Amino acid sequence: MTSSSPTRRAPLLATYAAFVFAFIYLPIVVLILYSFNRDGVGGFPPRHLTLNWYAQLFADAPIWDSVLNSLIVAASSVVLSLGLGLLAALALDRATFPGKALFRRLVLLPLILPGIITGLSLLMFAVFAGVHLSLLTVFLGHGTALISVATTELFAGLQKVDRAQEEASLDLGATPWQTFWRITLPNLKLSLIAAGLLIFTLSMDEIAVTFFLIGRDNTLPLQIWGRLRRGITPEINAVSTLIFAVSVALIVIWYRVRARGLGTQAQELLERP
Amino acid sequence: MYSRAYKSLVSLPPLLWVGIFLLLPYALMFAHSFWAVREGLVVHQWNLHNYKILFSNPLYAGVLFRTMRIAAAVTLCSLLLGYPLAYYLSFHAHARKELLYQLVIVPLWVSYLVRGYAWKTILGSDGILNGFLQYLHLTHEPVVFFLYSPFAVVLMLTHIYTPFAFLPIYAALEHIPRPLVEASHDLGAGSTQTFLRVILPLSMPGLLAGATFAFVLSLGDFLAPLLVGGPSGIMIANVVQTLFGAAFDWPLGATISVFILILTVSLLFLSELLEKRWSFK
Amino acid sequence: MSVSLANPTEQGTATEAALLEVRKVAKRFGTIDVLKNISLNIASGEFLTLLGESGSGKTTLLRLIAGFEQPSVGEIWMSGQRLDILPPYRRRVNTVFQNYALFPHLSVRDNIAYGLRVKNTSRSEMSSRVDEALRMVKMQDFAASRPSKLSGGQQQRVALARALINRPQLLLLDEPLSALDANLRKEMQGELKALQREVGITFLFVTHDQEEAMALSGRIALLRDGALEQVASPREIYAHPATAYAAQFIGQTNLLRGEIRDSIATCGALRWLLDETDGPVIFSLRPESIRICADGKRQTSEVKFRATVRQQFYGGPSELLEVDCGSGQMLRVRIPARGPLAGEHDFVFTLADAIRMKE
Repeated sequence: MTSSSPTRRAPLLATYAAFVFAFIYLPIVVLILYSFNRDGVGGFPPRHLTLNWYAQLFADAPIWDSVLNSLIVAASSVVLSLGLGLLAALALDRATFPGKALFRRLVLLPLILPGIITGLSLLMFAVFAGVHLSLLTVFLGHGTALISVATTELFAGLQKVDRAQEEASLDLGATPWQTFWRITLPNLKLSLIAAGLLIFTLSMDEIAVTFFLIGRDNTLPLQIWGRLRRGITPEINAVSTLIFAVSVALIVIWYRVRARGLGTQAQELLERP
Repeated sequence: MYSRAYKSLVSLPPLLWVGIFLLLPYALMFAHSFWAVREGLVVHQWNLHNYKILFSNPLYAGVLFRTMRIAAAVTLCSLLLGYPLAYYLSFHAHARKELLYQLVIVPLWVSYLVRGYAWKTILGSDGILNGFLQYLHLTHEPVVFFLYSPFAVVLMLTHIYTPFAFLPIYAALEHIPRPLVEASHDLGAGSTQTFLRVILPLSMPGLLAGATFAFVLSLGDFLAPLLVGGPSGIMIANVVQTLFGAAFDWPLGATISVFILILTVSLLFLSELLEKRWSFK
Repeated sequence: MSVSLANPTEQGTATEAALLEVRKVAKRFGTIDVLKNISLNIASGEFLTLLGESGSGKTTLLRLIAGFEQPSVGEIWMSGQRLDILPPYRRRVNTVFQNYALFPHLSVRDNIAYGLRVKNTSRSEMSSRVDEALRMVKMQDFAASRPSKLSGGQQQRVALARALINRPQLLLLDEPLSALDANLRKEMQGELKALQREVGITFLFVTHDQEEAMALSGRIALLRDGALEQVASPREIYAHPATAYAAQFIGQTNLLRGEIRDSIATCGALRWLLDETDGPVIFSLRPESIRICADGKRQTSEVKFRATVRQQFYGGPSELLEVDCGSGQMLRVRIPARGPLAGEHDFVFTLADAIRMKE
C-alpha cells in the first residue's frame, strides 16, 4: 500500500531472487523427480516413471525399524526439551539468580555450536559415567541440545504475555499455581506447539550429535547415512521424498493451528462490544 | 510478584540439568584436552602436549586454514544469495511477501542429510549435472571435479546456510522504519543512495548475525566433506572425528574440539560486540 | 475568543501566483476512496493547514504531494511544472515526518547534511550551510549527538533543519507536533510560526488538532471523508462555517435544528422572526454568543429565552454552562467566570450570531 515510486519495480532484483529460489529448490526437486525414475539416480533427462523404489522401500524392514526408533527419540525429546525449556524460559523471564547470564548462554550454546562438539562432549560424558551407547544416550543428547530451541521459542512467547493478566488473576484470588495453569500456560499454547513441532522435526533430522551417541539401533538419518556409504540408490530418494512430504505436512498443520489461533483472535475482536 | 518458591521451582531443574548434561560434558572435553593416551588408554596425566602438537604440526594448521577458507567462502556466498533475496522480499515483494518468506523457510525443515545427498546425486561423475551437460552436447566425457572437491563442499554448505543467513537479514530489513526510506527519498536520494546510506547501515546487525551463523556452522561441519568433499575437501571436524574414531586419540581430538569451541565462542562474542555498536536504538 | 468578520488580507484566495495546484485529484486504495476530487491551490509563502479527523485523507494528500503515493486521478502542479510524475527525490518539496524519521545511525550534523550530501554539494558549502541550519534551530551544541539521545522537541528541530536546509519551495509537515506533550507543543507552535516568517518558505501543515490549526495557519483546508469541506482563513471559517460539520469541528458550537414557517424560525424552545423561505434549517450558535440577561430586557435584534443551568464547568477566565431550555434541549453557554450558578435564568443572543448553514 505504501509503495513509493523509486522502490516499485526492480526486474533485475526479481530475476536474481528467482535464481536464488531455483538454487534453494533445485536439489529438492531433483530428489523427488528421480525417486520416480526407473533407471535410478543419474543421467538426464529422467525417463520411465515407476513406483518400484517406493515398493522396495516399503518392504525394507531395517528402514522402518529406524523410522520407529527416530519417532521414539523425537517424541521423548519433545517432552524433555519442552518441559525443561519451559522452566528455563520462566526462570530467565522472572527469576534472578547468580550466574543467570552464564546459564542463558550455556542453554543456547547447542543452537549455534557445531553439533560435533556437543556430540563428542556427551560421548565423553557417557563413557566417563560408564553408560552404554543406545537410543537412550541419543535421546539425552537430542533432549539436552534442543532445550535451546524450546527456551528461545517459549521465552519469546513469554515476552508477549501481558503481565497484567497474571496480576489480575492473583488479584482475583487465584494462587500462583492456579495462575500458571489458567493464565500463563494457555497464553503460551501457540509457542508450545511451535516449539514442539520444531523440536520434533529437528530431532527426526538430527545427525551430527546422533553420530557420536548411537548404539546398535539406528535412527533414520543414521540408517540413510550407512547406506550412502555403500553408494547411491533411488530408495534413498524415495525415503527422502517421504520425509519431505511429512515435513511439509507438519508445516501446513502448524499454519492451520496458527491460522485457527488468529481466526479465534479475530473473532474475539469482532465480538467485542 | 513471584515468590521465592516459584522462582526456585522454575530455576532449579533446568539449572541442574544443564549443569549435568551440558556444562559437565564440556568441562570433561576441556579436561581431556590436557590428558594423554598410553597404550590405547586415556590416562589422566595433565600436560600441554596436545596443544603443542596442534600448533606445531603443519598438517593441522593446513586443514584448519582450509576449513577457514571454506567457511569464509560459504559465508560470502550465503550473504551474496541471502541479502538480495531478503532485500527483494522486504522492499519489493509486496503482497507476495508472506508466501515467498514461507518458501525460504520450508527447506529448513528438509533434512540436512537429504539435501546433501541430493547434491551428491547432482554433482557425481555419472550424476544429473553431467547427464544434463552431455544431453545438451556441451560435454562428452563426465566432468569429474564437480564432486569430491572443496567446491562441492562450498556449494552444499551454501545451499544449507543461505536460509540461515537470510533470516536475520530479513528480520533486520523488516525492522527498518519505512518513513526512514521515505525521508531519504524526500531529501533527494535515489534508490542506490538510499540503499547505501540508510538501508545497508541499518541492516548491518542482521548481516552480521547471518554471517556469524553461516561461518560458525560451516566451521564445525563434518558431514558435507564426507558426503561431497572427498580427500581434498577434508575439514577440521573430520580430523576430530577420525581422532575419536579410528585413530583413537581422544585427548588430541578434544584439544581440537576445544579449539573450535573457543574459536566459535569468541566469534559469537565479537559479533555480539559489533552488533551492539551497530544498533542505534 | 472574539468573533469578528474575517480580516480581508487573511482570507487570501490564492488564485494569483499559486505555487502548488492540486487539480481534481482522487486516490483509491483497493476499493476505498481515500480522496475524492480534490482541487486546492497554495500560494507562495502561505501557511496552509490540512485539518481533518483521522481517516479524512489529509495525510494521503500530503503523501501525494511529497511523492510517496501517486494520484489515481488528477494532476499536481508546482511552479508551472507537473509534479506528480516526478519521483520524491526530484521534487523541490521536503517533509517533516510525523515521528521525525531521523536516521538513527547518523549524528545530528549528518542528518541535517543528508540532503546536501546526496546531491554532492561541496564540502565547504555543506559545512557552512549545516552550521547555519544548526544555528537556526538552536542545536549547535548537539551537532555530534545521535538522535536517540535527543528529547522530542530537539528531534523536532533537527527534522525541521534537515528539511529546510535543502531550500524547498514547499515544506510539508505531517502532524509534527503530535508526539510532543502539551506545554512543549505550545512552545513549538510559536517557534514554527516564527521560523516560517523568517525563511519565507510555503508551509503545508497537517493536523487533526483544530486549535493548533487556528493558532498557526493563514488558511485552513478542512477535509472530511476525502473531500474538502471548506477552505478559508481561521477567522472566516470560525465566524462563517460553511457546513454544520465545519461549525462543530472548528471550535465548540450549538447546532440548532428546526424549521422556518411563515417567517418564524422555530428550533425547539427557541423562536424568532426571520424573513426567509419556509423549510427545515440548521443554525450554528457559538456558546460565547449567548449571555445571561440579568435585567430580563432584550434589544430588538436579540432573542431571549429562559433556561435552567444543569452543569457548570469552570475554566479560569470563563466558564461553560450546560443549560436546559425545556424538554431536554441542551445548549452550551460560555460566560465570563462569575461563581456558582443554579436555577432558571434569562439568556439572550444576537440574531446575526445564529448562522444558517448547510448540513
